Amino acid sequence: MFAGYDFDVIQRSWVYLFKEGMTFTLTLTFLAMVGGIFFGTLLAMMRLSKFRLLGAVAGGYVNLMRSLPLVLVIFWFFFLVPYIYGAMMGEGKPIPIGAFYSALITFTMFEAAYYCEIMRAGIQSVARGQVWAGYALGLDYWQTMARIVLPQAFRNMLPVLLTQTIILFQDTSLVYVISATDFLGAASKVANRDYRLVEMYTFVAVVYFVISFGLSSLVKNLQQRIAIIR
Amino acid sequence: MNYNWNWGILLQPEPGGTGTYLYYLVVGLGWTLATALAAWVIALAIGSVLGTLRTTPMPWVVRLGDAYVEIFRNVPLIVQMFLWFFVVPELLPKAAGDWVKQMPPPWSQYLPAVLCLGIYTSVRIAEQVKSGINSLPRGQRLAGTALGLTLAQTYRYVILPQAFRIVLPPLTSESMNIVKNSSVALTIGLLELTGRARAMQEFSFKVFEAFAAATVIYLLTNLVVVFAMRALEKKVRVPGLISASPSAGGH
Repeated sequence: MFAGYDFDVIQRSWVYLFKEGMTFTLTLTFLAMVGGIFFGTLLAMMRLSKFRLLGAVAGGYVNLMRSLPLVLVIFWFFFLVPYIYGAMMGEGKPIPIGAFYSALITFTMFEAAYYCEIMRAGIQSVARGQVWAGYALGLDYWQTMARIVLPQAFRNMLPVLLTQTIILFQDTSLVYVISATDFLGAASKVANRDYRLVEMYTFVAVVYFVISFGLSSLVKNLQQRIAIIR
Repeated sequence: MNYNWNWGILLQPEPGGTGTYLYYLVVGLGWTLATALAAWVIALAIGSVLGTLRTTPMPWVVRLGDAYVEIFRNVPLIVQMFLWFFVVPELLPKAAGDWVKQMPPPWSQYLPAVLCLGIYTSVRIAEQVKSGINSLPRGQRLAGTALGLTLAQTYRYVILPQAFRIVLPPLTSESMNIVKNSSVALTIGLLELTGRARAMQEFSFKVFEAFAAATVIYLLTNLVVVFAMRALEKKVRVPGLISASPSAGGH
């Protein structure tokens, strides 16, 4: 099976793969996670707010994102963002923003919908009395949220948020469709240049496996350690 | 924004000469559904067997099942797609590999896409079947054994009929996921709905009409899937159980 398997191509290109590709992938994953959790939390608060309209808007957004394929959403933002940016700058024509920023906006907006559902479950898992206690102490809505509800919600949902981030890490490989040089994109460039598709794609699979498996084992470990005994 | 909308483009003929752009997209939906349905059959078959085996008291089988799940869960779908399309035909015996590579166009992409998507989804179904079985009270299994049923009989007559009815709601979201995930097959050249929207955008330069049409078609498909699964759920609901709600996260 490994007859004619050319390990040399991996040795020649791994520095490039990690320095260019993996840096792109990890930066994108990290920033999209931070942005996604931020907007996701806001969306969750909107969905749970007593203002019906806010709830409906957030709910519509989340359901829309969750019923479209990520590839289609990547295409949407790739073409839409330059138009919006161009209009905002008053140029009247689309301004290209590059694959990285396009991908960052896409993943932040897309993952926000998934993080929203997690945070919504997290907020709902906090006992109602906590909120009343906050109001009874004279805190307003934002103070109650920031100091009482959200810290507990984050703690309860931490393993799920991290698991979703591992999914996000894997999903970033789909930026291949807009020809970005993420880890897979970099490997695919080398693969096609040297005609070493078998070697490069198996190598990519192994690297993704090791990272995702390692991270999910860590999450499992964390889950057992931080579980609150009730 | 100064974008010239032209919805009439959908009714104009596409350059391939098969009909209008709208027809072109609808054929794409056909390929999306054909891929998703065939993959769904594979996923359901492997997932049910695997999920069941992982709850049996046979340590080696359980370990093998766990390994399968971890492998196919921790590699991104697009990478798996490339493995099935570019790598597997090279590793097969030469005659078989050549046969796969020489299949006429849509099929040489369709087959790897279906296998990839089926196996990728089977892992998620296996997890859900397993947790469905584990959610049953232990007494069910013990009662089966006490009645003198063998392990196989206990599963066949006591555990599985209940477990599958519990597992159905989360399977709704999986059947939507498989439709959405089939769009990744465009990376190996299968012209399903998203792939055709992308092609239409390249032929006609009408970016947003193409993607908006695809978006609407996906939303309608989702509605149909949700209603169909809801009807099925109602039909097989276990009397006396509060129906479980699907879990958050994942896609």
